[in-house]
Amino acid sequence: MTEQGYNFAYLDEETKRMIRRAILKGVAIPGYQVPFASREMPMPYGWGTGGVQVTAATLMPEDTLKVIDQGADDTTNAVSIRRFFEKTAGVRTTTDTREASIIQTRHRIPETQLTDDQILVYQVPIPEPLRFLEPRETETRKMHALEDYGLMHVRLYEDIAQHGRIARAYAYPVRVEDRYMMDPSPIPKFDNPKLESRALQLFGAGREQRIYALPPYTRAVSLDFEDYPFEASRANQCCALCGCTKSYLDEIVTDDVGGRMFVCSDTDYCRRRVENAA
Amino acid sequence: MTPILSVRSLTKSYGRIIGCLDVSFDLYPGEVMGIVGESGSGKSTLLNCTSGQLAPDIGQVVFDTRGDGPRDTLTMSEPERRMLSRTDWAFVHQNPRDGLRMAVSAGGNVGERLMATGARHYGNIRAEAEDWLGRVEIDAARIDHRPATFSGGMQQRLQIARNLVTGPRLVFMDEPTGGLDVSVQARLLDLLRGLVHRHRLSAIVVTHDLAVVRLLADRLMVMKDGHVVETGLTDQVLDDPQEAYTQLLVSSVLQV
Repeated sequence: MTEQGYNFAYLDEETKRMIRRAILKGVAIPGYQVPFASREMPMPYGWGTGGVQVTAATLMPEDTLKVIDQGADDTTNAVSIRRFFEKTAGVRTTTDTREASIIQTRHRIPETQLTDDQILVYQVPIPEPLRFLEPRETETRKMHALEDYGLMHVRLYEDIAQHGRIARAYAYPVRVEDRYMMDPSPIPKFDNPKLESRALQLFGAGREQRIYALPPYTRAVSLDFEDYPFEASRANQCCALCGCTKSYLDEIVTDDVGGRMFVCSDTDYCRRRVENAA
Repeated sequence: MTPILSVRSLTKSYGRIIGCLDVSFDLYPGEVMGIVGESGSGKSTLLNCTSGQLAPDIGQVVFDTRGDGPRDTLTMSEPERRMLSRTDWAFVHQNPRDGLRMAVSAGGNVGERLMATGARHYGNIRAEAEDWLGRVEIDAARIDHRPATFSGGMQQRLQIARNLVTGPRLVFMDEPTGGLDVSVQARLLDLLRGLVHRHRLSAIVVTHDLAVVRLLADRLMVMKDGHVVETGLTDQVLDDPQEAYTQLLVSSVLQV
């Protein structure tokens, strides 16, 4: 019990057990969306209720937690979830990617390479990659069961026909181990190659009540055409703070006369580069 | 010669209402069979049961597959049946909206079956789509337009292209000319006749329009209340109907 009278990490033990069962099943079948009985959380849907439940179920008292929102440790969503677990679980928190044992993320994968004793937890708004192509859940489940994935290529075809390239820049679908098609949550497609990671990756969608997982070293191939191969794109600039030319950049408008700057979206990575240079 | 499709005692009822009762027929390669009858006579039920869109209560639908010869499609596994329905089979709906993806461009519509069967080269898919748009007389410049911007006749032709692109051997058509004005109907029938002939397609055409079957079908099956009342060569059935119902049907056509 923490001093406020919450059970460790807010959820009751039965719920955590239920979520762990879903996680284990997800790990056993990489990319498969496991339904689970998502609970009401003390935050609105869209604020990471799925990720928070997965984090709560995997968190141990000796863990160190890091929470990022679009790569940043200091935005509202990240700060409030970090405080939530400080209060309800009393775990150590950090902003340093290398020190964290669990990292909950919204729409980014940290630039620093993860290790095999870390867990990355994603917040997922729409877990079904086929949802906007086929609105019926019964039908999309059947499509997954039968590996009937031609429709996703129709969408990529449409992109090339209209824009001359695959215009989809985030939530870029991947095929996991030549079996399930998976939505990697709305991470930029720049991050897609990093999905093949040493860390365990867990995905939680609270409103849609789905959990899925990518175990370490699992193959996740981004869909493409032979003559239009997948490209992990980024802004063709360098970071204005640390000068990095390889990281994913945010474009920030600095005034109302057209001034703008590009900075690393991963604040921890950027900070450490600036400190090391000094 | 092995029939490409052989249907045996197919029965489907909706509770106490009979959809079709004990229907059997053979369809040979390159042959076009017409099914006519009034609304509610069971012709659409028969077509849907035969094409695997509806599960019949009793019966067999044996299709001569490319790989392993004649097989009952009703006992096939779902993936096999799906594969069949997007390679060797084609289904042309009466309303093109049912058979097309209205939010996807014409090229994407034609390319879907190719991509579903594993095509992953954009250039080749597009070339194939252009080729097929040409064959159904749609201007290649409209390849990136959505079917919603097409006229009814064009939509129907697009649906046909989308279905024929994987080179099916058996085509199911449900009122392919329904809802089109007569001059457009005539052109579409012309096109269908050409395609069926050139690609040596076998087809089952369900319609209540006797002019359509006279033009397209080699053989005719007349249905009433779920039963087959008369079968035979198209000209024979239409020019010398034997059954009372067929006589009524034939004499009901307006002579202009």
